[in-house]
Amino acid sequence: MEHMRYTSVFDIIGPVMIGPSSSHTAGAARIGKIVRGIFGQQPDSVDIYLYESFAKTYRGHGTDIALVGGLLGMEPDDERLANSLEIAYEQGMEVLFVPKNEKAEHPNLVKMVVTKGERQLSITGISIGGGNIQISELNGFKISLSMGTPTFIIVHQDLPGMIAQVTNTLSASEINIGTMTVTRESKGEKAIMIIEVDQAEVGDIVKKITDILHIFSVNYFN
Amino acid sequence: MFYSIEELVAQAANYPSIGELMIATESENYGHTRARIIETMEKNLTIMKQSVEEGIAGVRSVTGLTGEDATRLNAYLQEGTFLSGTTILSAVRNAIAVNEVNAKMGLICATPTAGSAGVLAGVLMAAIDRLQLSHEQQLEFLFTAGAFGLVLANNASISGAEGGCQAEVGSASAMASAALVAAAGGTPDQAAQAIAITLKNMMGLICDPVAGLVEVPCVKRNALGASQAFISADMALAGIRSVIPPDEVVLAMYQVGRQMPQIFKETAEGGLAVTPTAQRLSKELLGQHSADSPTE
Repeated sequence: MEHMRYTSVFDIIGPVMIGPSSSHTAGAARIGKIVRGIFGQQPDSVDIYLYESFAKTYRGHGTDIALVGGLLGMEPDDERLANSLEIAYEQGMEVLFVPKNEKAEHPNLVKMVVTKGERQLSITGISIGGGNIQISELNGFKISLSMGTPTFIIVHQDLPGMIAQVTNTLSASEINIGTMTVTRESKGEKAIMIIEVDQAEVGDIVKKITDILHIFSVNYFN
Repeated sequence: MFYSIEELVAQAANYPSIGELMIATESENYGHTRARIIETMEKNLTIMKQSVEEGIAGVRSVTGLTGEDATRLNAYLQEGTFLSGTTILSAVRNAIAVNEVNAKMGLICATPTAGSAGVLAGVLMAAIDRLQLSHEQQLEFLFTAGAFGLVLANNASISGAEGGCQAEVGSASAMASAALVAAAGGTPDQAAQAIAITLKNMMGLICDPVAGLVEVPCVKRNALGASQAFISADMALAGIRSVIPPDEVVLAMYQVGRQMPQIFKETAEGGLAVTPTAQRLSKELLGQHSADSPTE
């Protein structure tokens, strides 16, 4: 089964989404939402660098609207997507789009630099088709996050013992960790754990992790 | 899990239907309950119906390039002077409706993609009237289409950027024809024959969107893809068989997709996208927005 690209009937019948393109609109909204999840809060400003097909067709496909909608926390099927730029303006989120001419590793690639106060994070996402996406870079680190498996994204203070507390919480609930990526803004500042797990049903685990001291945000993507 | 059409047909023999095989496989792969799987599909079905209704009521795309053809065809249907048939023409109208909603950034269900979303929803809504399908049968139709779609996605492609329009509208039309056969009481093997018959006619279809937008020729290709699904299904139900076995047809489509030049794979660099009119439209539509020229 592992050599199959598609294993769910809902990869074929679905997703429910705002048009017009599963890769350029739905995929873009998902990237935006995951960037928000990784950042752990709504940014004050975002610089959006678009590459290749994203750079050439982002307006016609609503890629810009979808990326910003995702950043505001909207899903690909949220009818407010069409007004996301206005909503961002009303909420005081500054948005800058920069279409780039350079080649990229994938035809549908976007790099987003999100800022809030002193905090800044750079994240690169690619839309691989049918609304499916990958995160390929985080703060300059190359990562490969498919978001096809259940994933926790946890933002926390960079203190000793944080990783152990989270993994202990998962193991106490008999949740098996598939892969784990850990990075931080700088020593002692905010840090990020990205944990892919085997089970889809995780019960009240998000609340349990949120209750740990010095955890800022917990996002679970199923 | 089934990888080929042959495996799909063989495994379906152990279940009441192809749809039930798909539900059991989904449950096995993801550990979700049957109730949860049905619930998700019901949400998809609801959106499909809504998008057909919304499109028939009349919408125009964000660019103004497409729209209101579903309304136009609906009026023509009601006049009753048409040449083909009510069922076919309803499917065509429905397919146009969904793709017009898609082009105006409305809510649709991608089947298998957004650009080809009109075919399956369009065919299903016409089949509901023709075959008097119950709610359960409508869901079954979608699970059957999904099962065949998975085989196409895993063995060929469902992405225009990878395999041209044959991968999108071709796959959608094939899935719809197989689901129609099953809904009309045909055997799994007859459904497989419908897949082969449809794909043979879609093979080589390029993806050449004007201005790179999911509008021209996508809306009309969905319309014709929907009409073809009914014809293929009728041929298969009549007992006509494909000389080339379904799995070999799928493999051929995959090869054609790989061999297809890049200019015909969603880059807007070939076919209709480079006609004088398309070039002019592209300049008008994207030019007016355009502080957009890429920098650096």
